[in-house]
Amino acid sequence: MILQGKVWKFGDDVDTDQIIPARYLNSSDPKELAKYAMEDARAGFAEVVGQGDIIVAGKNFGCGSSREHAPICIKAAGITGVIAPSFARIFYRNSINIGLPIFESKEAAEAIEEGHEVRVDATSGVIEDLTTGKNFQAVPFPDFMQELIAAGGLMNYIKKNKMDK
Amino acid sequence: MGMTITEKILAAHAGLDEVKPGQLINAKLDIVLGNDITSPVAINEFEKVGAETVFDKCKICLVPDHFTPNKDIKSAEQVKQVREFAHKHEIEHFFELGQMGVEHCILPEQGIVGPGDAIIGADSHTCTYGALGAFATGVGSTDMAAGMITGEAWFKVPESIKFVFKGELQPHVGGKDLILYAIGDIGVDGARYMAMEFTGPVIDNLPIDDRFTMCNMAIEAGGKNGIIAADETTMEYVRGRFKREPVIYKSDEDAEYARVIEYDCSKIEPQVAFPHLPENTRGISEVGDVRIDQVVIGSCTNGRLSDLRIAAEFLKGQKVAPHIRCIVIPGTPLIYRQAMHEGLFDIFLDAGAIVSTPTCGPCLGGHMGVLAKGERAVATTNRNFIGRMGSPGSEVYLASPAVAACSAIKGKIAGPKEVLSK
Ligand code: SF4
Repeated sequence: MILQGKVWKFGDDVDTDQIIPARYLNSSDPKELAKYAMEDARAGFAEVVGQGDIIVAGKNFGCGSSREHAPICIKAAGITGVIAPSFARIFYRNSINIGLPIFESKEAAEAIEEGHEVRVDATSGVIEDLTTGKNFQAVPFPDFMQELIAAGGLMNYIKKNKMDK
Repeated sequence: MGMTITEKILAAHAGLDEVKPGQLINAKLDIVLGNDITSPVAINEFEKVGAETVFDKCKICLVPDHFTPNKDIKSAEQVKQVREFAHKHEIEHFFELGQMGVEHCILPEQGIVGPGDAIIGADSHTCTYGALGAFATGVGSTDMAAGMITGEAWFKVPESIKFVFKGELQPHVGGKDLILYAIGDIGVDGARYMAMEFTGPVIDNLPIDDRFTMCNMAIEAGGKNGIIAADETTMEYVRGRFKREPVIYKSDEDAEYARVIEYDCSKIEPQVAFPHLPENTRGISEVGDVRIDQVVIGSCTNGRLSDLRIAAEFLKGQKVAPHIRCIVIPGTPLIYRQAMHEGLFDIFLDAGAIVSTPTCGPCLGGHMGVLAKGERAVATTNRNFIGRMGSPGSEVYLASPAVAACSAIKGKIAGPKEVLSK
């Protein structure tokens, strides 16, 4: 799978309260949640973000709450992938489970600037900054997670492997 | 090679003799938990794949505690969905209003979780139960859905950091100060993906409520779980409540740790975490003059009886400053009743505070004390992220019940010394 889009840049330790503030968690509808994506990190983000755009952030992206609404709203807002030097544990897990592609690369996260055009090969983890021509390699996923991703997320995997017995 | 307590519990639940950090395992679960925010998403997933039954109706806990008593129509609808699911699947541990308490207070109190368990919860502070010598970790809703169907979850076995708390605890310094201090030291991602194992003579003497507070905040350092080996204090707490057989694990002498960190507690004073990260900690003597508008005493971190007693000890015979709104939230109906019978409510009300029914409420800016732009709160909760308790332009300072109560009296951030030395 190839992702290509414009980059929006965020800092270190962006927590899930900034990604989707709790005041909007009285809904679990992705479309509704998408309206408030990243609101407390950057007001009005949902209005400017385009389909296919990519987030590049600092370390420990998605720290804090376990709310799956965080990767869900980012995905529903049109973001196709997130690149960061590191992800908080539950966010990492949730993203794989729901099928939001995430990529760990310190070099890419540091070098890529806001507004750059970026292309990512989700299978190989190769990240290309088309604006500067630089290439980066994301940390590969362990085999089991590749399997989850290939199955289209955890629920599809469970359905295939655990429920039809 | 020896194993840590976390590795032993995971190995036992994966049916293996041994596990190593980094290993991916599939573990059987003793309890799967969700709340009114995370369960609806899980229930949708559960139904979307066409699951018909849960793996074990006695091992699932549904606790609508965040926006309850329902603050608006949408919240009411979310809880309704959870309630209907609970009834349909005859979920034993569904907590209706009246029985409902803040999830991480009520599960241990009701003896649903105990030593040796492996627990997942669609709530990041599920790590609280590590205080009982269990492996407990927060996950998302999809993991919860999968857990409800299969009774299993996949884990990467975490590396462990061993914290050794030595020395003598200073007066009015408790579990909250110790964990804030540790987070201040290692940072909000200092234990990312790792187990935080709390040990040492100070922990051996630490009351169970303080242990819950410490394990509760493991996630604030990025930890996968916080854990304290079960000992006599633990057994005294679980005796008569925990209905299953406790299994006691201890780390081997030669277990391997990613890091060992020692703290001399004689040097730790009451701590305050400044906005907007729990790692921005300072000792109370370095806080300076910070005027506040609101104080919240409660939450899964510090909403237990001993927390309320500490707050009452300072508020007794005192008044909260005229410009302060002081909100006290007992964590469960039982704590509420005990506090009431002990006369703590009189102390709070005489001081000009209010007492709320158990709820997460203001902790996540839900209701019952949301902050306006420019307002500041001292809270005994666990997060001070931007907008956590309301407006993105508000500020939250995290502290212990002692500091929170003293701050309410002084109208600015204050420690026990300032109140007692009058
Ligand atoms: S009290 Fe706060 S931190 Fe604890 S479960 Fe409720 S919202 Fe989460």
